[in-house]
Amino acid sequence: MTTTWIVIALVAALTALFRGAGTVLLGDRELPSRLVAVFACLPVPLLASLVVVETVTSGRHLVLDARLAGLAAALVAVALRARLVVVIALAAATTAGVRALG
Amino acid sequence: MTDELKQGLPAAAVLGPLAFSFSVLARAAGWDAVEPIVFSVLAFSGSGQLGALAILSVGGSATAAVAAASFLNLRFLPMGVSVAPALSGGRLSRFVEAQALTDASWVAAARLDGTFDRRTLLASGAVQYVAWVLGAVAGALVGPRLVNPDTLGLDAVFPAFFLALLADQVRDRRAGSGPRPASLAALAALLTLALVPVAPPGIPIVAGAATALLALASRPRWRAAPGEPG
Repeated sequence: MTTTWIVIALVAALTALFRGAGTVLLGDRELPSRLVAVFACLPVPLLASLVVVETVTSGRHLVLDARLAGLAAALVAVALRARLVVVIALAAATTAGVRALG
Repeated sequence: MTDELKQGLPAAAVLGPLAFSFSVLARAAGWDAVEPIVFSVLAFSGSGQLGALAILSVGGSATAAVAAASFLNLRFLPMGVSVAPALSGGRLSRFVEAQALTDASWVAAARLDGTFDRRTLLASGAVQYVAWVLGAVAGALVGPRLVNPDTLGLDAVFPAFFLALLADQVRDRRAGSGPRPASLAALAALLTLALVPVAPPGIPIVAGAATALLALASRPRWRAAPGEPG
């Protein structure tokens, strides 16, 4: 149990540090415009990578499971411009359904 | 601020269930009810918490768990730099404001020109934090009575959420110059996929996100003012 508390304390401290380091070090200085141009492009590849990692990986392994069916359902819902709540509910329901059948 | 708070609600509806499943998984791995709640209150990080739990629950060391969570959260470093000019106050106040940073609040606050809206970041982050803690408390209390959150398909909630945010971003950015959003998304996805088997968890995400550096190689979205360093 002590191990758990050590991990909780260290992960919490490091995460807070990662979030806050940039703003504490930079103050309100303007960023170079080239860097701002990179940040303007950053959301798309970051989200794409997160989708991949959350859908087909488990640790260091590539895993194809019911999450993929859920993501496919979400993709259809997104293409039809469904509301976010509908996209999420459909993904969870599809994944749960595929697991129940498998 | 109420409009910004409302904007944070869809993300909160996703983070609540995710924190719930984190706590359920933690209880299933032998944690007591207090540990997942305190972890969620202090760390407020889905990927970091789930990553650390995954390592510990297969018998990994504390060092390995902390390292995994750190790699997974490394992306907050450049994201924190990106929002720095938007935050205000002294060093302590900026540090506290930066804690509102999550993937979803950062995306919500991102403007197309690469600058960030402080009020949206703070409101979205605050709403998500409340949902995160409430979800963690609920999961820790009812967790032992549930079999497995996977039977509810809760592990598909996070990727579907990111996919919906991604679709919005690609639509919003189609018109701009610079790297084409759809190409950038495909490249990042492929690079991440290729790196997963060979790099520590979290690094493939940072590498995928780093494809944004291609912005430097293409035509800028606007010209720097004369005398300003390019």
